[in-house]
Amino acid sequence: MHTCNLGKYQFSIFGYRLIFLFFFNSRASELLFDGVKEHQVTLPGQSDPWDMKQLLVWIQRNLLKERPELFVQGESVRPGILVLINDADWELMGELDYQLQDQDCIVFISTLHGG
Amino acid sequence: MPVQCSSCREKRAVLKRPKTGHSLCKECFFWAFEEEVHQTIKAAELFKPGESVGIAASGGKDSTVLAHVMKLLNERYNYGLDLMLISVDEGITGYRDDSLETVKRNQQQYELPLKIVSYEELYGWTMDAIVKQVGLKNNCTFCGVFRRQALDRGAIMLKVDKICTGHNADDVAETVLMNVLRGDIARLRRCTAISTTSEGDGVVPRCKPLKYAYEKEIVLYAYFKKLDYFSTECIYSPNAYRGHARTFLKDLESIRSSSIIDIIHSGENLSVRDGVKMPVQGTCSRCGYISSQALCKSCVLLEGLNRGLPKLGIGKHHRLHDKLLSQQPLTEKEERKLKSVDF
Ligand SMILES: [Zn+2]
Ligand SMILES: [Zn+2]
Ligand SMILES: [Zn+2]
Repeated sequence: MHTCNLGKYQFSIFGYRLIFLFFFNSRASELLFDGVKEHQVTLPGQSDPWDMKQLLVWIQRNLLKERPELFVQGESVRPGILVLINDADWELMGELDYQLQDQDCIVFISTLHGG
Repeated sequence: MPVQCSSCREKRAVLKRPKTGHSLCKECFFWAFEEEVHQTIKAAELFKPGESVGIAASGGKDSTVLAHVMKLLNERYNYGLDLMLISVDEGITGYRDDSLETVKRNQQQYELPLKIVSYEELYGWTMDAIVKQVGLKNNCTFCGVFRRQALDRGAIMLKVDKICTGHNADDVAETVLMNVLRGDIARLRRCTAISTTSEGDGVVPRCKPLKYAYEKEIVLYAYFKKLDYFSTECIYSPNAYRGHARTFLKDLESIRSSSIIDIIHSGENLSVRDGVKMPVQGTCSRCGYISSQALCKSCVLLEGLNRGLPKLGIGKHHRLHDKLLSQQPLTEKEERKLKSVDF
């Protein structure tokens, strides 16, 4: 299992460059993101900084293929999915209210049998 | 804004512990996690010096963390244990390849001997061959029953004194819940025990050193230690019922963080009223495994497979066990009932 590798991407004035890593079992990973574990994305710039709540909506609209309920529940991630922001538990970072920075690395790890 | 470690007050905290709410840095978390497992082992006197202990290794996160921590504590506290990794190969093409590769790497990483026992040697049948005969719909009956016994059969073959498994607090809570939902009083009473004693020749004592470790911490321990593990799940049919129980548990936990430990506590402190009928625990007359019937479930399933009657053992066919034991032929009607397979 590899961890965040920061500094790999150049700063972009157009928005935030982010890395997502998804650690789900192969079945769920296939359904949710076509089996692709690592995603490098650029979020469009907006007047207010992006927060995690908006990011989850963006992921749902732009990355998830099938069965979004395996990933999101309400406006947060499904209980049983761990979230790390730059290799720290998001529970220490304000969870949904965390404001994203350029080059952040977000890791999602499922602890569910079916996930 | 980074949170400081509440223990050393120096480094940046990397996780909030579900158990205590403490924010800890990597080093302080590793130490706390390992010490708690040590305390669990000591308090329950799980091992004696000189014992040979088989670590059930699937290549998954729980068993990988278990192997890592057992090896480490055995050295740190001189347990004097002879440790060995035991893996079961069900004989499912493609499914075990990755996880067995992981276990083989673990063997190198932790310098522990590894024994892989296959269904083929244990039962004479691979899961692939079983599925061919019984169809996909019924295979999980076999999966579950054979898997439960495979470790015992393997451990006896390898002559280990004890087996330890990677069951964690979330698993135990989930099992308590499932036994409540199914009304399985006998299992409900047993399932919270941290160790089992030998009940007959066919069974090796087992224990769960990670019984009080939360899944979140196990996953993060593996992640931060960069342990090499593989996400496994039965490809033939994941257990849907267990999946629902787990989801329910996680939902509860998100509202009330102590749910997991509370459920374990409830399970541990239940007492069953006198006069409640319990199945009599006997042993299988063929293989010696615990069984409430003359033949244990896996011997019945095997008998069915070997006779070309795959449905034997899937439904309730206890009446026929006596006949099977004494090698009597079945009537035509009985045969017909056991032969049809619905895919
Ligand atoms: Zn610290
Ligand atoms: Zn199965
Ligand atoms: Zn038996």
